[in-house]
Amino acid sequence: MKYHLYQAVQLVAGYDGKMILDEITLQIPSNQISVIIGANGCGKSTLLKTLANLIKPASGEVILDGRPIRTIASKQLARVVGLLPQSPIVPEGITVADLVGRGRYPHQSLFGTWSNQDYEAVAEAMEMMNITELANRSIDELSGGQRQRVWIAMALAQQTDILFLDEPTTYLDITYQIEILDLLTDLNRKHGTTIVMVLHDINLSARYADYLFALREGKLIAEGKPSEVITSQLIKDVFGLDCTIIQDPVTNSPSIVPIGRYHGSGKNTVLEANK
Amino acid sequence: MNHTIHVIKQGRMSRRRRWIAVTLVLSILSIALCCAMLLFGNTIYPVRDVVAVLLGEEIKGAAFAVTTIRLPRMLAGLFAGFAFGVAGYTFQTLLRNPLANPNVIGMTSSSSAAAVFCIIVLQSSKAVTSFVSVIAGLLTVFIIYVLAKGTSFAIGRLILVGIGIQAMCNSIITYLMLIGEEHNLPAAVRWLTGSLNGVKLEELPVLMISCLIMVPVICVLGRSLLILELGEQTATTLGVKTDWVRVLLIVSAVVISAIATAITGPIASVAFLAGPIATRLVGTGKVNIVPAGLVGAALVLASDLVGQFMFQVKFPVGIITGIIGAPYLLFLLIRMNRRGDL
Repeated sequence: MKYHLYQAVQLVAGYDGKMILDEITLQIPSNQISVIIGANGCGKSTLLKTLANLIKPASGEVILDGRPIRTIASKQLARVVGLLPQSPIVPEGITVADLVGRGRYPHQSLFGTWSNQDYEAVAEAMEMMNITELANRSIDELSGGQRQRVWIAMALAQQTDILFLDEPTTYLDITYQIEILDLLTDLNRKHGTTIVMVLHDINLSARYADYLFALREGKLIAEGKPSEVITSQLIKDVFGLDCTIIQDPVTNSPSIVPIGRYHGSGKNTVLEANK
Repeated sequence: MNHTIHVIKQGRMSRRRRWIAVTLVLSILSIALCCAMLLFGNTIYPVRDVVAVLLGEEIKGAAFAVTTIRLPRMLAGLFAGFAFGVAGYTFQTLLRNPLANPNVIGMTSSSSAAAVFCIIVLQSSKAVTSFVSVIAGLLTVFIIYVLAKGTSFAIGRLILVGIGIQAMCNSIITYLMLIGEEHNLPAAVRWLTGSLNGVKLEELPVLMISCLIMVPVICVLGRSLLILELGEQTATTLGVKTDWVRVLLIVSAVVISAIATAITGPIASVAFLAGPIATRLVGTGKVNIVPAGLVGAALVLASDLVGQFMFQVKFPVGIITGIIGAPYLLFLLIRMNRRGDL
């Protein structure tokens, strides 16, 4: 898989004239898995969408291999960069294979005749997500976990070198969360796909990410390998949460153990909380 | 891998075969209805005579009935029905809402209001009236689009704004009808209920040409339309220039349905029924533009035949299609209400 230089330079972006991102400058590690963490409303999704050219930045630039992405033709960009939105819209009654096939759009001509390559890409994506047996089922009949695999398969069929995912594990049971993250890791290991995703679970982020970006109020306040970045101070800064960091017994990655008001060492006692 | 490809191919082929079969059957049905439109009337002429007249032969009686009355009526029904069907399907798919069609978003009623104003107040000629009504329709859609666009494109807002405009236009029409002079009223009424009565052959080329230009445009954009169905974000990441595609599709759909409306008046429910019927027949996942157009044409032609010959009184086509559409609208509203879509 190709190496790509994907950079954001002093990005300022937001909605309705209200700026959420505050001069973010970063470089996405090519061929690795990066995770963006941060509290609700800190701008994780906005950053992801701005990086993927869904939101035009008010100032600053997103640069792919030396070219500002806003100058790249939309279909051409769609062959390199894909994004799975947080809540994609499902057309009623569409079959799984049809939906996955729509990921081939940027590779097809005006009339959309399917080449062998199209069939192979769709088949490979479906096999990788273990949804072959669902191929001709209607997507309405599927469970949440199955649906999410279908959506990821669609993004895979697009065969982009870089894939953005906005909270791919939200609303899923823990079993499916792990399954989805494992499948994405497979994709990264097998094809070298650069993956950038927003995740809510810090411990899973620390496990699966090669690289972390931590946001607070639209600012990038820390980045690096999970083992270097995750400290109790950072969690306090990002989430305003007291915690203890332990070593994940399975992966040796850092794992946070939150301290609430009712539990933990002396000072945050029930009495104090009731005051 | 090969097994998976085989499974995918099989699914695609079977859906494709179904599309072709449905389109073929609908085409045959439409042609049959067209023939019926030419054959039936106050006098039933032999098939041989009708064919001879169409080929340019002068047969007394038959020539007048067929070329001046039945042929224009049939062509108007065919093309207007096709245009309404295509426009309705385009709107419904684009806005991802079965309620969305040129009527609901207020385009048709503003066209009608403008036309009635021309007829009653300005007493303008038929050509001017048609032209103004098309412009009014386009203008309304533009205004609604701008009002509804805001920062991101909101479909619910679009429909609500449309319903408001519709109510406003209807009250203008009612007012104009009250102050209008009696001899202008028949021309004005045509803008309230669609009808194929009195369509003249020379009015039709505009509609036919606009259909021949716009329908292929819509068909070419059909693939992007299917991607837009997945939502703004997914479509953008797949490389669809969403704003462009949307504007082009809306303009094309509005132009053909406005021109059709200028000739036949608003034929109720056709734009609203054709898409869902076509989708039910063909299944989702394919571009159903042509089937939707054929369903629209068949609906109009069949309803006109029913209106002409089933009852003692001759009803204009719009009344029949209105009666067909009403229960479906109720069904849809109840279903959407149950699901919490409203």
